[in-house]
Amino acid sequence: MKKLINLTIDDQKIAVMEGTTILEAAKKSGINIPTLCYHEDLCIAGNCRICIVEQENTRALPAACATPVTEGMVISTTSSKVRNARKYLVELLLSEHNADCTACVKNRHCELQTLAEQNHIREHTFIDLKFDKNYTIDKLSPAIIIDYSKCIRCQRCVRTCEEIQSISALSAAYKGKDMKITTFFEKPINTVVCSTCGQCVAHCPTGALTEHFYIDEVWDAINNPDKHVVVQTAPSIRVALGEEFGMPPGSIVTGKMVSALKRIGFDSVEDTDFTADLTVIEEGNELLRRLKSKIVDKDPNVKLPMITTCSPAWVKYCEHAFPDQLDHLSTCKSPMSMFGALSKTYYAEKFKIDPAKIVSVAIMPCIAKKFESNRPEMNASGYRDTDYVLTTRELAVMIKQAGIDFNKLPETNFDSLMGVASGAGMIFGNSGGVMEAALRCAYEIVVGNDIPFKDLSITPLHGSEGEIVELSLTFRDTKPEWSFLEGVTVNLAHANMLSNAYKIMNEVKDGNSKYHFIEIMSCPNGCIGGAGQPLPTSREKRAARKDAIYKGEKQIEIRKAQDNPQIVNVYDDYLGKPLEEKAHKLLHVPGFTPRKRH
Amino acid sequence: MTEGKKINRIDSIFKEYADDKFDYLKMISEMSNDKIIRDLTESGLRGRGGAGFPTGDKWKYAAAEPGDEKYVICNADEGEPGTFKDKEILMKVPHKVLTGMTACAKVTGAKKGYIYLRWEYKFMRNDLQKFTDEFNRVLKDMNIDFEIGIVTGAGAYVCGEESALFDSMEGMRGEPRNKPPFPTASGFMNKPTVINNVETFAASTMILLFGGKSYAKLGTDFSHGSKLFCVSGDTDKPGIYELELGMTLHEFVEKFGDGDTKAVSVGGVSGALVPRKKFKDTVIGWEGVPTGGAMILFNSTRSIYHILHNYLEFFEEESCGQCTPCRIGCQQLRKGIEEIKKGEMDPSYLDTLSNLSKVMNVTAKCGLGQSVMNPFTSAVTNFKEELLY
Repeated sequence: MKKLINLTIDDQKIAVMEGTTILEAAKKSGINIPTLCYHEDLCIAGNCRICIVEQENTRALPAACATPVTEGMVISTTSSKVRNARKYLVELLLSEHNADCTACVKNRHCELQTLAEQNHIREHTFIDLKFDKNYTIDKLSPAIIIDYSKCIRCQRCVRTCEEIQSISALSAAYKGKDMKITTFFEKPINTVVCSTCGQCVAHCPTGALTEHFYIDEVWDAINNPDKHVVVQTAPSIRVALGEEFGMPPGSIVTGKMVSALKRIGFDSVEDTDFTADLTVIEEGNELLRRLKSKIVDKDPNVKLPMITTCSPAWVKYCEHAFPDQLDHLSTCKSPMSMFGALSKTYYAEKFKIDPAKIVSVAIMPCIAKKFESNRPEMNASGYRDTDYVLTTRELAVMIKQAGIDFNKLPETNFDSLMGVASGAGMIFGNSGGVMEAALRCAYEIVVGNDIPFKDLSITPLHGSEGEIVELSLTFRDTKPEWSFLEGVTVNLAHANMLSNAYKIMNEVKDGNSKYHFIEIMSCPNGCIGGAGQPLPTSREKRAARKDAIYKGEKQIEIRKAQDNPQIVNVYDDYLGKPLEEKAHKLLHVPGFTPRKRH
Repeated sequence: MTEGKKINRIDSIFKEYADDKFDYLKMISEMSNDKIIRDLTESGLRGRGGAGFPTGDKWKYAAAEPGDEKYVICNADEGEPGTFKDKEILMKVPHKVLTGMTACAKVTGAKKGYIYLRWEYKFMRNDLQKFTDEFNRVLKDMNIDFEIGIVTGAGAYVCGEESALFDSMEGMRGEPRNKPPFPTASGFMNKPTVINNVETFAASTMILLFGGKSYAKLGTDFSHGSKLFCVSGDTDKPGIYELELGMTLHEFVEKFGDGDTKAVSVGGVSGALVPRKKFKDTVIGWEGVPTGGAMILFNSTRSIYHILHNYLEFFEEESCGQCTPCRIGCQQLRKGIEEIKKGEMDPSYLDTLSNLSKVMNVTAKCGLGQSVMNPFTSAVTNFKEELLY
């Protein structure tokens, strides 16, 4: 039984539960103690020392984030001792930091910059320790850029990679003045185990870790009269983009987003939700085919559980960590790459445009998508499926560059060929959404009726962040051609964060997995918590975006992918049948690439 | 002038008081846990590594923690420059250390103990392992459910800090942890752990032999007992001496100095650099300047600037690098005194650096960064002209 602890912070008396830190207690009394290495998603490091406070009758200044409250504690957060010490600490960090702010992507979004401002740093007290100007910026990855000169060694990236993703592609090396954050043997990030999920970028307080930007390339394509630029937007962009323009988290801005993209000058604005619907059909059918091969044909080469592949960081992680388990992965491309392939084939044919002139741009909540678009196998049409991937943040930059007053934009609909989507496509933005969408489809194929959940919402799948969610579903009253599934119970699971994928995959590897179908998303809460989303990331924001996705989905008339008329059209007019020749060639990958652990 | 004790040589650690080296073990196995704690508490023994936490309390706290899985760890990461007593203890009287560990295990209920041996002492590992194996066999024969192993460090000074040492033992990068929780509540493998210096365990054994009260008669009211001193530097009598605590530095220098002693590093590089004019006022002990054993004497041929510069270079390299004040502060201090010496920075910058060292003292995460202030402010206060000109 925990007890209440009484303490005084800045002359305010408060009582908090035992185990609360000074930082949390202060927050409860309305005092925000400045922090830097602290992040609510991560374990406490207590290494930047910015959050020091003065405790009565104690010599040292404890770090508020790392110190639990004790009975009768008297804390000052603004004493001269604290203020002077904190100012020195910020100045020390600045003396080591490449503070070339105007040339930094994090300018005005940098937590160190904010601290410098808060502490009213107006001169450089200490000697400039910035290292040699001849340092190299690691730009070799298509996804992540590392500029070590801006690193303040708070180890947020290190903790992110270890705790959220169980990868540890980044870690601390050397000691003392030489201590730095780096990769295995200081290799470029594109050659190590990094999954490119980019969560390190989302958690970096400065400009040391950023995504690889393609804004200028996209502007050049738009401004090139010979190019026809098609853009797609992922399900989770519309519930997050508004934050970049001062709207509260969870605002749904679909119509304004489409208007902005059109004003920027994209020739066609389409919806990734459409190909999410397509993924549902292909993946649902693939699952049923695997179940049939396993149960009826007893084919030993067919692997169950089948695991989704919408999350590119998950795919790359699996290739590194479980290279002998790749047969479990669905061969379906992600919705983005399906769209890319169709934009250079179906779309090109429909509008009679030379695919060589089409530039396919994707707005994604994701940094790993930049890696995915560069994978050699993503060129089914003979052209790159997707030419450029921009994050939500990059789109916001483009909108600002174009001088568009986002809040005043009218609402516009997506263009018509691949712009209609069902609610099933939209919920791809949340962890568990792919599974829910696929079930709505597969169940109907097998049974002929809607899945027996109120309002088609499979709420048991709407799990919370970082949770492995399980569901068992038994088929009853199956159609004659699916009678082998009569009474069969399929076990399903979905998880987000690769640390959970690691747990699940170890079971799969050992042959102990009870599941038939697993959805894995790399980022906390899935795409809405993607590394390309507006910063800073927080649990509260992710929860608001999640609610917005489920709320938005209910406003869409069509709730099942198979009911989407444009999906019916694309199969009738172009692809033929799911998993069959043309669909297989364009929408599935030939295979995966086993990769090394280092 | 402070009234200090006369210098008084003691011989408890290295002298053999039993016919057989396992006699101490037999003695403690027959003692009740209460008696062990009482003797240690009455002896006033404080951690001999330098931090000076009361040993009896430490054992008592760990004993009070719930759970079966507890550890006793002997910190043999003797990294403080100017300290070389633990090496000697482990080579000459390892049985006293292992016996002390066993007494601690008996009190706390720990079933496993480790000696964390610094990388530089790996030359003695084989011998120590042989003896530990023999000791473990005896423990087994005596039906004492306790076993001692040896873990070798990897050469980092910071791993002498107890929580960094646990990280290192667990196979991680040695970085000091946040405290609380303290080791007695959550130490090695996040289990209750007693970690003591080599000398502390050896002294515990001797206290249990002589009785706490008789040990407490030595020394002063604040600093009971005797302690090993490692005398080095400008002296004709370098070596290890066991002395009663509470003498003044003046007494000490009279005995060990070469007649021209200008300053003494009491406690190695992380201790104070005491100038000649303060020798008579400085008591060696908790009421004055404490030491983990290092006593480095400097005569007038030595430049304080170079000594301090050398110390700062050491800290700059041996900081683990995780916390801001220590990682960057040490670099700034070293670079700062260089620039002042060269005339690139104004002499008033020395005050800024002094303030910085004081900020480091209150903000650094562990004792390493906190103690850089000790030599720095003593050098600035007492030898300012040597740093400026």
